[in-house]
Amino acid sequence: MIAEIGHYALVLALGLALIQAVVPILGAQRHDARLMGVAGPAAVAQLAFIAISFAALTYAYVVSDFSVVNVYENSHSAKPLIYKITGVWGNHEGSMVLWVLILALFGALVAMFGRNLPATLRANVLGVQSLIAAAFLAFILGTSNPFARLVNAPLEGRDLNPLLQDIGLAIHPPLLYIGYVGFSISFSFAIAALIEGRIDAAWARWVRPWTLAAWIALTAGISMGSYWAYYELGWGGWWFWDPVENASLMPWIVGTALLHSAVVMEKRDALKVWTILLAILTFSLSLLGTFLVRSGVLTSVHTFAADPTRGVFILAILVFFIGGAFLLYALRAPQLKQGGLFAPISREGALVFNNLFLTTACATVFVGTLYPLALEALTGERISVGPPFFNLTFGPLFIVLLLVVPFGPLLAWKRGDALGVAQRLTAAFGAGLLGIAVTFAVVEGGPVLAPFAVGLAAYIMVGALIDIQERCGFVRLPFRAAMRRAGGLPRSAWGTAVAHFGIGVTLLGIVAETSWNTERIALVKPGEVIAINSYRLTFDGLANRQGSNYRDIIGRFEVRTDTGRPLGELIPAKRTYPARNTTTTKTALLTRGFSQLYISLGEPEADGSVTVRLYHKPLVLLIWIGTLFMVAGGVLSLSDRRLRVGAPQPARKQGSAKPSLQPAE
Amino acid sequence: MRVFGLLWLMISMALTMPAAAILSPGEVLKDPALEQRARALSRELRCMVCQNQSIDDSDAPLARDLRLLVRQRLQAGDTDSQVIAFLTDRYGDFVLMRPRFDWHTALLWLAPLLVLLAGLGALIGAMRRRRDLAPETGAAPLSDAEHRRLDELLGNRPEIRSENPRTD
Repeated sequence: MIAEIGHYALVLALGLALIQAVVPILGAQRHDARLMGVAGPAAVAQLAFIAISFAALTYAYVVSDFSVVNVYENSHSAKPLIYKITGVWGNHEGSMVLWVLILALFGALVAMFGRNLPATLRANVLGVQSLIAAAFLAFILGTSNPFARLVNAPLEGRDLNPLLQDIGLAIHPPLLYIGYVGFSISFSFAIAALIEGRIDAAWARWVRPWTLAAWIALTAGISMGSYWAYYELGWGGWWFWDPVENASLMPWIVGTALLHSAVVMEKRDALKVWTILLAILTFSLSLLGTFLVRSGVLTSVHTFAADPTRGVFILAILVFFIGGAFLLYALRAPQLKQGGLFAPISREGALVFNNLFLTTACATVFVGTLYPLALEALTGERISVGPPFFNLTFGPLFIVLLLVVPFGPLLAWKRGDALGVAQRLTAAFGAGLLGIAVTFAVVEGGPVLAPFAVGLAAYIMVGALIDIQERCGFVRLPFRAAMRRAGGLPRSAWGTAVAHFGIGVTLLGIVAETSWNTERIALVKPGEVIAINSYRLTFDGLANRQGSNYRDIIGRFEVRTDTGRPLGELIPAKRTYPARNTTTTKTALLTRGFSQLYISLGEPEADGSVTVRLYHKPLVLLIWIGTLFMVAGGVLSLSDRRLRVGAPQPARKQGSAKPSLQPAE
Repeated sequence: MRVFGLLWLMISMALTMPAAAILSPGEVLKDPALEQRARALSRELRCMVCQNQSIDDSDAPLARDLRLLVRQRLQAGDTDSQVIAFLTDRYGDFVLMRPRFDWHTALLWLAPLLVLLAGLGALIGAMRRRRDLAPETGAAPLSDAEHRRLDELLGNRPEIRSENPRTD
């Protein structure tokens, strides 16, 4: 009964979405306030119905209603409650329901907080947003119904894939979806602006908080997914350039470019047409990711051809939205008026440079991901494009980009002084050189380029500090005056500096981990000692442990320094889930500062010995700590009064045409 | 979307790969220099039955066989490129994680450069166009109402009043 209510609510949501997709846009064309007024309540009601549907599915999981196919295939009655709930989105159908739930949530938020938007813009935005929702609701109902029943309900379910029974994966997908789907708002705003043929700096101010919120969630989601892969997959990698990872990285890169170009548009009324294009591209790449992963086209073109229903449906959605958006763009973009001029060396110039390199980096990932598919489809020839390709192409592009990062915030708008900025960055250059020198002197081994990358990281971090110090004037001014200025700095300035600092931190982690990672592979008997760097691990033997829906074979390793000081115990495990008869590796980690000891178990032998893979990963935690800085920077920026959702528009809003005014000489 | 993929990747891995890769100590060569070359080569070679994994990462039986094969070839005195050639002769270019540069991968390898150049070209073109158009895109002349408002603000001093705020 509950499942049927969920199904019915989803059908009603589709009906509402269709109404909301048509009526308000018509209303905006005719300037009919009553028709446009449909959008708000429809958006809220749509959210309510999808929420009911999602709750019904969650209920079916919590009570283990195995008469529902989806629950039978992905759950088990002995599973801990938390994984019953997260199991809702641990499968295709459920994750699509979560997808539309978040889509509807964003639509309803725009309806509720967008009261200060011009009526026609609001109606168009909500209409476009709802069109996307309608397409995906139709996809769920037509090809991926999560509420389908089994005639004879089985007694027990087939359990969730063991690798997904992990807390990291409980939070990872919702964050990722908030990111992907959040970009739909920027997309809807861009389409609405194209429909109206009008766009100004105020538009950028409305779009930026939504883009920023989506970007924050996507950053956190990708970072968490990377950490999950690191500790769960058991071979110590944290990024594999896997097509599914690339599918999430592409919207992130272009979303980052969009954030930066929206700044130029808001402050200087320039780059309008380009910003619109980026908004369209960002969400298009989110849709492309959905298609790539959902259609099975990634395994091979032949898998896709074997069961194409879902793939073709998503492909149709993809073609409709991306094709439609670009058509509208081609028709309308030339009409949009261009704003403020700027010299190549200027804040705007730096942000354009950022955009150029980010979009090129994204294009590289795009080509690298899709080229094998295209080649196979066209010539039947199969090639692999793996990490070595991306490291060789994506890497250099990013290094050039990173070199310019500290310059950007220090350059003046309109016309900057690169030499002057370079002078102010002296300390950052010094820090970079020091980083290179110290690394060469202290660290042995590793690639020749590694010390230079450490220097680059130090340069970026100190550059971000200089940005704040220049704005506050800690050296020039008395301390209290500088503190006062620091307090008065807009939060977005802090946000920029914190996020840029985070890039340096992540880079440092990446360089240290990839260059000075130590590995030991050994077959150990109980009582034996393995040495890695300055650590000694004593193997105390294997034991069995029973969990709620799994069995563990655990290995106990006592960790000491080479001077014999005890540091604790590492307990990695081989975990077997009888319901699926699958085994996973549970790694054990020992954190020392920002570095980690990482150990995973291989197959135990009959005589009680076991193969272990042991790593010392220097500064590895900085990779994710850096992303936390980026997230914190985003949150700071979002909390800036200027961007706060629903905050009253400041008085200088009327000045949106101001930047194009040239001073009379 | 990553999680969809991961999920599906896991499902396919459950078939080919019961657990994370453990290179067994028995495989490791005695000569550390040779072993290092073997590891470096392993990272460049794809486990063909896995989803985007190198033979260094994978625990599939095929990956293990290939790891042993690479080590045999190295012990037999092959150079790195001879080992690669040996494998591509058998398995085709699919086994290479770093695609070879030839006429049908040229577009792949040159794509970053081409996109960057195209972007630069478009940018320079746009800036040129903007500079040519600059006088038109500047501020519009003031309307009569705006002139009156300006007069008010300037205290009706006609000598300050200019016909057009742009003199350049």
